[in-house]
This record gives sequence, C-alpha cells and structure tokens, in this order.
Amino acid sequence: MALSNKTKAVLWGPLNKNNPVIVQVLGICSALAVTSKLEPAVVMAVSVTIVVAFANVIISLLRKTIPNRIRIIVQLVVAAALVTLVSEVLKAFAYDVNKQLSVFVGLIVTNCILMGRLEAFALGNGPLPSFLDGIGNGLGYGWILVVVGFFRELLGSGSLFGHRVIPQLIYDAGYKDNGLMMLAPMAILIVACIIWVHRSRNKELQEETN
Amino acid sequence: MNRESNTYTIVYASVMVIIVAVALAFTHQVLKDRQIKNENIDKMQQILRSLRLDVPANAAEAKYNAVIKNAYLINPDGAVVEGSEGVSVNDPAFEADIAKDDSKGLPVFEAEIEGKTKIVIPMAGKGLWGAIWGYLAVDADGSSVYGADFSHAGETPGLGAEIVSSRFCNQFEGKHLFRDEQFTSVAVVKPGRSVSDRDYVDGISGGTITSKGVDNMLLESVGKYKVFFRELYSAQ
Repeated sequence: MALSNKTKAVLWGPLNKNNPVIVQVLGICSALAVTSKLEPAVVMAVSVTIVVAFANVIISLLRKTIPNRIRIIVQLVVAAALVTLVSEVLKAFAYDVNKQLSVFVGLIVTNCILMGRLEAFALGNGPLPSFLDGIGNGLGYGWILVVVGFFRELLGSGSLFGHRVIPQLIYDAGYKDNGLMMLAPMAILIVACIIWVHRSRNKELQEETN
Repeated sequence: MNRESNTYTIVYASVMVIIVAVALAFTHQVLKDRQIKNENIDKMQQILRSLRLDVPANAAEAKYNAVIKNAYLINPDGAVVEGSEGVSVNDPAFEADIAKDDSKGLPVFEAEIEGKTKIVIPMAGKGLWGAIWGYLAVDADGSSVYGADFSHAGETPGLGAEIVSSRFCNQFEGKHLFRDEQFTSVAVVKPGRSVSDRDYVDGISGGTITSKGVDNMLLESVGKYKVFFRELYSAQ
C-alpha cells in the first residue's frame, strides 16, 4: 500500500519532530512511573500503542455524531472501555502479562497522549489516518520509554530484562549500582538529556531566546 | 437532527453508556471461567514456589495435586475446623482469602516433599502502595522455615517489588519461627543491620516501607498460627 506524504507525516512525525514526550512533553507521569525496569516499559509502550490506535479509530468513526458539549466524556468512556476490555482479555489469555500491567492499566486511561490524540486528531480525521496517528504516537511515546528504561535498569540494577549484564568482575573492582537511578527524578533527568540531544540536532525546534 | 440539543445529548450519552456496559458485562461473563482458572493456577504456583518448586503454569495443577496431601481450616486455638478438609479448589482452605475474612478459620496446607511433611500457610499484609501477600512453608517441627514466596499488588518496580525475587525469598530457608521457646517469627531488617533476639533476613535497599510491611506481615499474619505452630513445636 503506497502512502501519501501526508499519511507518512502522520505516522512518522510523532516518532521524531512531533514526539509526544520530548517535544509536546505529554505523558511524562507514566514515563517516570514505569521506566525503572525495561520490561514494564516495553509492555506499557505496546499497550498504549494498541489502545491509542483503536480509541482513535472508534472516535473517528463516531466523530460526526458526538455532541460537542460531552465530547470529552465520550472520549473517556471509549478509552476506559477499551482499557477494561484489554485487561479482561489479558486476564483470560495472558495472565502473567496482566499481572505486570496491573498498576499501569489505570495509567493508560489517564495518559494525556491518549486524550490529546482523540481531541486533536481523531475528532477531525477519517479512521485510517486516525489509526496511523495512534500507532505513530504510541510508538513515539514507546521508544522514549524504552530508552529511559534501558538506562535506568542498566545503571540502577546492572541488568536488562531482569538478566544481569554487568559482569561480577566490575563489581569486585569496586563498582556499585546507582540506587538513585531507580527513583523518579532520574527519569526526568534522562528525558531532559534526550530532549537536549534532540533539540541540538533539530535547530528549528529551539525556542527563541531574548 | 440537531447535535447540540439537550435531548440528543442525553439520549446519546445514555445509549453509549448502555452499549459499553453491555459489552463489558458480556466480555466478563464469557471470560470469567478462564480468568478464575488462571487465578487458581497462579495461587497454586505461589504455594508451590513456597515449597521451592518453580513450575510453569501448564504443569502447576498436576504438580499441586501430587504434592498437597491435605488442606483444612484451623481456628485460633489450633484445632481443625470440622468439615473443612479437602484439597480441591472449591474446598474451604483453597477458597479462603485471609486478607478479607478469617472468621471462618485459617487455611493450612499440608504438603509432602521427599517423604517429609511441610506445612504451608498464607500471609497477608500491606506494602507501600497496596496489598502484599505470600506463602510460608514450615517443616513439621513447626519452627524451621522451609521456603517462602511473596507477591504484591503494585509495589515500585526495582525497589519494593523485589520482594518477589528469589534472592529475597530464598533468604528465609532454614530460619526459625521460635527462639528459646518463644514465638518470635522472622524479622526483616535493613541490609547490613542485625537483631539479636530473633532470626532475621535482609530487606530490600530502597524498599524500606515494603520491607517493613513484610516484617509486620510475618509477625501478625504468621502470629495468628502461633498456637498451631507451638503444638507442633512442643510435640518434638
């Protein structure tokens, strides 16, 4: 399927120059909460991508019928229903994954990216672009989570996906895991470092300074 | 049709909520049996892990049935509650949730590992963010800990959530619930610290409140079985 330039921008924009986390600075709370280990970060990234994509499609299909005054409520109900549905299905067919997600399922509903995309994109566009927009934004959010989770687990616990990767030799030589990495403030600092690198490579994103 | 009229808005909202409610209720009904089965298997896996048997979900039921020989409820005096014996998932011992209600009795599971009887009891307590629970396997002498397993609802990953790790759970092997004829249970202390009057294990660095929760749980939840364990202990 050939994608037009506009559709491509919808899909790939959020991964780079229109990234929800590092450019729009949305969804920061969950980015801090779930990134102390790589595994929940990956699971969260996948779940958010799925939920945003399908919520976008549903709202896009309904967009001509939704009364303007209660549109936020409609969006919330759709998002909450989808998250509950995902959680029910996981409980029945992938119990272990659901156990890991348990706390984070609630966080998906409150994720600002989800509401932001429904409000800003799905209400004004057709189902296919909305679906791609959801996938793009989910992945854009996800890759930041995975990068932050990678550094926090590596430097904080010396492991990746729960497997020890820093050899015992280095610990014997006096190296210690940095417990500070496990705490939320370090996630903010890592996100800030990513924003710094990203802005210095994309000059047009830099704000004017007086 | 005027999208902004009150009637339209109210009808729209009502229809939407009813559709969502019916869809969710239907999904829940359809999937309920599978979900309950998963929960039961998860509980079996936890009990087996406290017995140092780490089995995958698909083998848990068979292993559980092979290992657990008896299960029953006891009252606080240590006596078996009449008619509560039975190992199946619908029997009172397996169904009991001590975090909610222990007025009917306290569950006890008897397992046989390599010809020796082990007693498994459930524990329930509070961590930093929510519930924590676990299972403690004790030798037939009522004092030596054979193994332990902990779970939590939502402790901080990398910190409090580490109570589920085998590194934490394995520390309990060989500890004693009784010292000098007194029920002392096992303490959880800050790593590097020690206590002189009870057996202890190291807590989780950075997970102080969760570690304290486990410490409390070991004292209070296990403490309810004090009389039961004392009888086993004195019988030695």
